[in-house]
This record gives sequence, structure tokens and C-alpha cells, in this order.
Amino acid sequence: MNRKKYKIGLVFGIIITLVLLVTVIVSFFYLPYDPDEMNVTQKFQAPSAEHWFGTDNFGRDVFSRTVEGLKTTFLVALFTVIIGSFIGTLVGAVTGYFGGIIDEVIMRINDVLASFPSMLVAMVMVCILGRGPVKLVLIMGVVFIPSFARVMRGEFMKLKNRDFILSARLIGCSHWRIMFSHIFPNTLHTLLSSVAIGFNNAVLVEASLSYLGIGVQPPHASLGRMLSEAQGYFSYIWCVLFPGLVMVLMILGCVLLSESVVRLKRR
Amino acid sequence: MKKKILLLTLALTIALCGCTGGGNKGSSSSTDKKSIVVGIQQDLDSLDPHLVVAAGTREVLFNVFEGLVKPDENGVLVPAVASEYKVSEDGKKYTFTLREGVEFHNGKPVTAQDVKYSIERNAGMHDQELLISRFANIDSVNIVNDSTIEVILKEADTELIAYMTVAIIPEDYKEQSSKPIGTGPFIFDSYEIDNKFVVKRNDKYWGGKPELEEVVFKIVANTDSVLLDLQAGSIDIYPYLTDDQAKELSDKFNIEVGNTNLVQGIFLNNENDYFKNEKVRKAMCYAIDKEEIQAMVSGGNGTLIGSFMFPGLGNYFNEEVIDDYEYNPEKAKELLKEAGYANGFEFKMTIPNNYQFHISTGEVIVQQLKKVGITVNIELVDWSVWLNDVYTGRKFEATIIGFDSTLAPNDLMRRFVSDNDKNMCNFVNAKYDDYYKMAVETTDENEKIEYYEELQKILSEDAASVFIQDPPLLVAVSKELEGYTFYPVYVQDMSKIKFVD
Repeated sequence: MNRKKYKIGLVFGIIITLVLLVTVIVSFFYLPYDPDEMNVTQKFQAPSAEHWFGTDNFGRDVFSRTVEGLKTTFLVALFTVIIGSFIGTLVGAVTGYFGGIIDEVIMRINDVLASFPSMLVAMVMVCILGRGPVKLVLIMGVVFIPSFARVMRGEFMKLKNRDFILSARLIGCSHWRIMFSHIFPNTLHTLLSSVAIGFNNAVLVEASLSYLGIGVQPPHASLGRMLSEAQGYFSYIWCVLFPGLVMVLMILGCVLLSESVVRLKRR
Repeated sequence: MKKKILLLTLALTIALCGCTGGGNKGSSSSTDKKSIVVGIQQDLDSLDPHLVVAAGTREVLFNVFEGLVKPDENGVLVPAVASEYKVSEDGKKYTFTLREGVEFHNGKPVTAQDVKYSIERNAGMHDQELLISRFANIDSVNIVNDSTIEVILKEADTELIAYMTVAIIPEDYKEQSSKPIGTGPFIFDSYEIDNKFVVKRNDKYWGGKPELEEVVFKIVANTDSVLLDLQAGSIDIYPYLTDDQAKELSDKFNIEVGNTNLVQGIFLNNENDYFKNEKVRKAMCYAIDKEEIQAMVSGGNGTLIGSFMFPGLGNYFNEEVIDDYEYNPEKAKELLKEAGYANGFEFKMTIPNNYQFHISTGEVIVQQLKKVGITVNIELVDWSVWLNDVYTGRKFEATIIGFDSTLAPNDLMRRFVSDNDKNMCNFVNAKYDDYYKMAVETTDENEKIEYYEELQKILSEDAASVFIQDPPLLVAVSKELEGYTFYPVYVQDMSKIKFVD
């Protein structure tokens, strides 16, 4: 019964995520309009066959900008998660596997980082390092390290005393080999679900930073940036509605996907 | 899972509710007390009127402080704390007669001693350094009798009267920067950093007491949320709307249109590797379509300018230079090629994040410069960072900002004098410096006008920066209020605001 529900969730999750993913890929090669192209005569056009999502205060095509914004937000979130999970896994593996003093020191630093709200840390770092998409990704990646490190450390600690690891040690495998050939594959499903959650959080942090004006800089489009700009023009509802909807879909798709996979696997 | 979907739905609902826009709550001013809220764009940089740098602070303090003279809505200097003044024929002696019965907000009468102190303080003779560079020319301030005061100059200066708008403050009052005391129509009440500046009516004001009992200047640095505040009725007056915002509000507010009396432009750091090349600067001028900027950002309103002065300064404004650089992207590309940047170049444009108008202008400029191959990266910074790094530190490549002025034209023009400490753009031109000196020193009004026009011509010919426009001032005024007055200087006069019966 419940299983069926999660299957439906899985299907929807896959569909939504796939559609958005394909849109992002297509946007690299084709967009109906240049997302930054302005046109005085086309200000605030309502959605029509010509402009699917209407146009904004500069006469820019909202559909193209939404897709461009989706691309920006998607890529920023993706690279953030890649950086965060890669370094996080390394840190978690070392601390979890070796334990002892290394574990203590690194995990306390980790705790300090994690004890601040991720938004705050990101904002402070933006102020210090400056702005720009590459820096944004780096900053957010660093901010996301602690959560991955904590999860992976737990997994490594749990697995390192299991019999198959002990036998690997007996036959003389190196630490490196044990960590990444023997333990790591067994942590994959945990890693994947935290990647999904991390991705959602990254989407939200990027959107919030851009919304606050310290993420993606104008005139470049990102979903958060678009929401922030559209705030001044609520009677032209399409300017705020579509980027908002796309963001909701993006997160919804990811949540459905990861949640369903975890639940279905557990049974 | 269920919870998450619920949360998402909730979030979506909230987002949608937000879109319908703010509810129909009436204006906050409809209470018994005659109090209004005025939105301003930035925090105040100082409460001591002599130490203020930002135009946005001066516009507020105009209600609290007065000088010997003050500007009226036509840009004429009218007597304020002084009841009359005389300038000697050689331009070296100013005589002021103090108005009778003017009191400070603490109840003490204004004496000749206070006036002497206020002027001398700005001339650097007391606790501060020289605050108004023009006052270095003051030889002495003499008290003739209780109600007459003389200002003696070293060299002739006929424009000095425009600086006599400098605030008169009580002598030896130490708390000016926390509890300011002046003579204006409103009395300082309280100030919270980054939040609000509150003034109360001065019942004893010599010019008749204002109708409003209290004015709250609310600092709304986030230009995006201002619209929500306006629609919800928590702000009664807000200047500096963009054209699109104004349209949005037209059913609930009266929209008044005037001039901001600012020189808006892309100010280029002339020491930057790219912009020290005159050809590059000229290319920038040709590449920018000012009319498109107006159409995009200010709804076609605003006044185009061609140099570092706005039309509000009347005779001094040189109209001839407005069309010096007609939009011509081809010519811009040619100039770039000559300068060795056939493939364009890339630079960073720093814009304070509290000025939506400048940000929008920046976005249009990015597009326009892209067409000639120049890549612009906008960087939004906090106002305090802008003041520190760009304005004072001159660490920038290009920026968009608006400069205000007193009624004396040299207030603007000095900003391009080679060795002036306000020469943010690092502009250097010996001919300009000479003309500036002559313009300031001459006592002949016609000659003065001629020199100032020449100065503007030089700035335009050298393309010292890209001068765009005097932006339109679109002010949302609650329908319950009337009497909003535009000035040719950058001020918000609350003493004339009245409630509609």
C-alpha cells in the first residue's frame, strides 16, 4: 500500500527532475531570447505565445530568464554539492576511520563551522572574498562541508570494526585501500541521500543570497535574483510567479526522488 | 514526506498571497497625532551638520538646521537666521544682520557669538579641521554688535553666500553628534542607527510652526521592500521611486514629478589602466544611449546633461555640451580599435546596493556596452563600503552615482580639480584647474558664467566621465497629504507638508 505511494512519488520525482535537467541542458544550446536582451517597447508584456512567461521591467523575456536562472541556480547548487561532498567525504573518512586525536581536532573545527547558520557563514565569506559565480560556488561548497563530514564520519566509524574490514586489514591492505575500496562503497546510499538533501539546501542558500543581493550580481539571472527584482512589480505577477514556481518544482522533484528511493530501499 | 509536501504547499500559498499585494490597510498617518513616516534610502553618516558628507543626510537635516541664509524652492537664497545681508562691491566683505527672536531648540537665543563660532568651526578655527574648503579664504569673522556680524575674506569670492547655508549651531555645545541642536522648523527627537530618525515640531519656529507634529524618517535600505511598505501604508512619503514602481502605486498615492538635482553618471577612475586613455573614455560616451536609459529606467522623464552640472543651477548650466556625444556605437568601436582594444575589455562597475535607480541604470549600461564589445561586471556593495572604498579610497574602476550640489556651482566643479580632495575620478587637466581658479575669483557675474561653461566644455571634451542625466524625482505622497515642495537642491522640506482636510 505505502510502497505504491512511494512508487508514484518516485515516478513524479523522476519526471520533474528529468524535465528540469533536460531544460538546463537544452538551455546551453538554445534559448528563445537572449536572457539579458532589453527592449523598451516590450516592457511588462503579459504571457503570450511570443513570450511564454511574459516580459519584465526591461522588456526581457521572462521565460528565457527563468531558464537561464534555473541553469545558474542548478549549476551553483550542483558544484556546491560536489565540492561539499568530496571534501566532506575525505574529512569524514579520515576522522571516522582513524579516530583519536585527528578526529577530535578536525571534528571540533567542524563543529565550530556547523554551529553558525550556513546563511550567516556564507554572507560573511562573501563580504570577505567578494562576489562572482565562481567565488559563490567555492564559498557555498565550504559552508556545506561540515554536514557531509559529519554524516560520512558516522558511516566510517560504524563500518570500520566490521569483520570484512578486519579481514582486509589482516591480509595487509593499506589504510587508503581499506577506506576507499572497502568502506566507501558501503556508504554510497547514505551519501546519495545526503547529496539530495544538500542539493536542496544549496538551491535555497543560493536563492537567498541572490535575493539579498550578495549572490549572483545583476544583470545575470538566477532564480533568487529574479524573485528579488520582481518584488517591486507585484501587479505584473508573472515576473515573480514563474521563477518561484520553478524553484518549488526543483526542490519538490529532488525531495520526492530522494525520499522515495530511501523508503523503497528500506523495505 | 507528508509533512514536507504540506510545508511546500504552505510556502507556495504564502508566496501567492504575497503577490496579491499588501492588503488595504489605511495609511498609518490617520491617527489623531499629526505624524507621518518618510522613507529615506540610506543611513545618516553624521548628525553633526558640519560633518555630514552624504547628500542623503543633508536632505533630512535640512529640517533641523538652518544657516544665515537658506535656499527657497526657486533656488534663490533667502535670509533665514540672518534677516538681511550685504556683500561689499569688491566681494571681500559680507555683512549679516541677525534676525530677532530666533531661538535654538534648547530655548537659548541665537547670538552673534554662536554665528561666529559656526562659521569659524567650518573654517577650521576650532575643534575641527577645515570643513568647507572655500572657507579657507575667510580672514576673520567680526562681531560688530549684538545683531551684526562681518565676514572678511582674504580674496574676493562672490559665491561664498551659497555656503552661508551652513548650519548655525550653539557655541560650545558638545553633544552635536548625538543630540543635535539647530534652529530649523523641526527639533531632533531620536535616532536609531539603520532604523529611523525622528523629529518633532518646533513650536517656536520663527517662520511659523509647521503643521506636522512629528516626522519619522525611516531608513529603508532595501529598495525592493519599500514598495511593500508603501502598499501596506507604513510609509506616507517616499521619494526616489523608479518609474515602474511609481506606476504600481499610482492608485494609492499621488505621484509628484520633479528633478532630483543630481548629476547622474558613470564615473570613471581616470587612473585606471583602461580609463586613463581618453579614447576609451570617449568610446564609452559614444557607446551609451542616454535616451534608452531614460526610456528604460525613468519612464522617459529626466533631463539629459553633457557635463558635470544639472539644469537646476540655471545660468551656469552649459546646454551646448548636452549633445557632444550622440549615441554612435560604430564610432565607439572605432575609438576602441584606435586605443588598442579592438576586442573590447572587461571592467568592474561598483554600485551601492541601496539605490535601485542606479542599479537599473547599470543593468541597461551592461547591455549597451556589450554591443561594442566591452564587458561590464556589476558589483553591488553596501553604502558604507561604497563611501569608504570608492568615494574616499578611490579604489574602483567605474561606478554609477549621483552628485548633489549647493547653489554654488563650484561645489560640483571642484570635484574635477586635479589636487582637490574630492576629485574622486582622479581627473587631471591643467587648463581646467586654471579656469576653475578664475571662475571662483572673478566678481563679474557674466565672466563667471563664461568660465563655468568653459569648465563644463573641458569635462565634456576630455570625456572625464560619462555624464548621463539629472534623474527625475518621482515622489509617492499619500493622498492625505499635500504641499510637497521640490527644491533645486537635494532636500526634503517637511515644514510645508499639510494634511488634506
